[in-house]
Amino acid sequence: MSERSLRAPRLPRVPAVPLAIGIGILIGGLLVLASGGDPIAAYREILIGALAPSNWPNTLNWAVPLVGMTLVAALPLRGGMVNLGGDGQLVIGGLAAAMAALYLPLPGPLLIAASILCAMVASGLYASLAAWGETRFGIPMLISTLLLSYPAIGIASYLVGFPLRDMATGLAQTRMIPDAARLPVISGPLNIGLILMAIVAVAVVFYDRRTVGGYELRMRGLNAKFAGYGSVRLAAQQVRVMFASGAIAGLVGAILVLGSLYRYQDGALLTPGYTWSGLMAALLAGGAPLGAICAGLFFAGLQTGGFAMQRETAIPRVLTMILQSVIILFLAIRHGVGRKSS
Amino acid sequence: MSLMSFITPSLVNSAVQSITPILLAALAGTLCGRVGVFNMAMEGQLLVGAFAAVVGSYATGSALGGVLFAIVFTVLFSLILAYGATVFKGDSVVICIGMNLLAAGLTAYLLRQMFGVSGTFSNPGIVGLTRIRIDAINTIPWIGWIFSRQTAITWLAWILTAAVTIMMFRTPLGLRLRGVGEDASAAGTMGIDVTRYRVATVLFAGGLTGLGGAQLSLGTVSIFSEDMSAGRGWIAVVAVMLGRNHPLWAALACVLFGVADALSVRLQSQGLPNQLTDVVPYVVTLLALALSHRKRLKRRAAETITAHA
Repeated sequence: MSERSLRAPRLPRVPAVPLAIGIGILIGGLLVLASGGDPIAAYREILIGALAPSNWPNTLNWAVPLVGMTLVAALPLRGGMVNLGGDGQLVIGGLAAAMAALYLPLPGPLLIAASILCAMVASGLYASLAAWGETRFGIPMLISTLLLSYPAIGIASYLVGFPLRDMATGLAQTRMIPDAARLPVISGPLNIGLILMAIVAVAVVFYDRRTVGGYELRMRGLNAKFAGYGSVRLAAQQVRVMFASGAIAGLVGAILVLGSLYRYQDGALLTPGYTWSGLMAALLAGGAPLGAICAGLFFAGLQTGGFAMQRETAIPRVLTMILQSVIILFLAIRHGVGRKSS
Repeated sequence: MSLMSFITPSLVNSAVQSITPILLAALAGTLCGRVGVFNMAMEGQLLVGAFAAVVGSYATGSALGGVLFAIVFTVLFSLILAYGATVFKGDSVVICIGMNLLAAGLTAYLLRQMFGVSGTFSNPGIVGLTRIRIDAINTIPWIGWIFSRQTAITWLAWILTAAVTIMMFRTPLGLRLRGVGEDASAAGTMGIDVTRYRVATVLFAGGLTGLGGAQLSLGTVSIFSEDMSAGRGWIAVVAVMLGRNHPLWAALACVLFGVADALSVRLQSQGLPNQLTDVVPYVVTLLALALSHRKRLKRRAAETITAHA
């Protein structure tokens, strides 16, 4: 990216993102128009749905997992690596948290802490499996992270469908977790998951800017060979970064299960599509944590607005997914946004 | 239970059917890989093809119309990668991720807006592909199971695999294509318009994947469901990797997947829960990937040792 802008400064860097958003809105609007809807009304409802003060808690509540999954993608991306396995890691985290909450004999706050820890470790280990596969066997992580998601999702689905199923309901889900394991509520839909995620976000930004590890990761992103030559142990770094990335996905799963679902429900963690939106937000910022967090918040607003739009105008809310992908495609094509090294 | 009771004619037959979309996508992937464009947008391309095929078949009332729609719209969709990764020099990984999501969003949106349904669209107006029944061999074990009662697209897929292999390794055009991928600047010096070759290849590959999408939605079930490509495009990406951009090896990897898929269907009918059996093809794929790369690492290590000796 930086190399390209040195070579061919076509457009100034700053307006790239607003321009991309404008293009996305334009194409989305044309699509709405073509399918017989009113684009102005649609966008008005998105804006109101996302930004009206009474809707802030909803937007924030949606932003917690989305920003979380943004960080999951952004951290490896900073080092030029791609983690496409967020879905699998999210599911493992959610299931681990639910199982710990259901079966560990611990009192109140300790139970919450233990559940979250279980989720983070389980997902972290699963994610580092892909990194280990690449460093040990040379299996490209780009594809192995994604492929590893399928067994994780399938086995989780089997577990809640059969051995762990709550027989009292007709659905594939676990029993409700005890009250002691539920995350304390701040107000309305918001729980302390918001605070946990904010702490993680600050930690990632701090790691990126102020620590040796963060510096080495950025160096790897700019030029992995150079980083290796400068005695960064690339293999160990890769496993470490993927563990951290997976652990954040585990945390997101735990927050969703302990904070709003109160049980592990088959498919409930994946249907909202946090993983892919998060990945796109991270790509939009080229993996820079602060920018990625902003992009994640933007996408969260767009999606909560999408619900309002669907409610008020009957235009399907998948429109927001189209907007997100158009924005990314435009940036990738026009401005080479994405991974620094390729 | 003996092995022969495990393998049934319909199992073999449906395995061959289920390989077709993946085979076409993998063929597309090898072509793109050969000219140096990394294509992992097949998942989205298959989805666009499957959707366009259903729209075309429903609108024109003929399966051929559906197939043509699938090819045309998938080629149009592939313009993003064709120009994005070449003329505009974008990162193909990012472009492909964007394309896969755009395909999922766009098909889901259009499904709701055009047909007023979410999830699955099925309608008697969707004309499926006819299966070609060859009476002479229909009941012969294996031969009949494999070759009879297949769609024209399945036949075409294997013919195209052979044709692409011959084209790639036995014709001047193939030589130029490989040259473009191997060393673009050398190919350019030889007077080959690298960008034009790349764009044309990616678009042709888009047409192949569109054909695969048509088989997916019109080949067996004649419906469209959201996300009906269900990872097949990713399996094709793996097949391309396993086959190291060689169409025949990639096809072999697709067959391996087809066998694993048939196995999972069979295990399911033995009473295993489908959540577990669905995992089988992906686990097999991962294992194959691990084994092939392990061998490669060993060879590389051996080469290094001999080089130092």
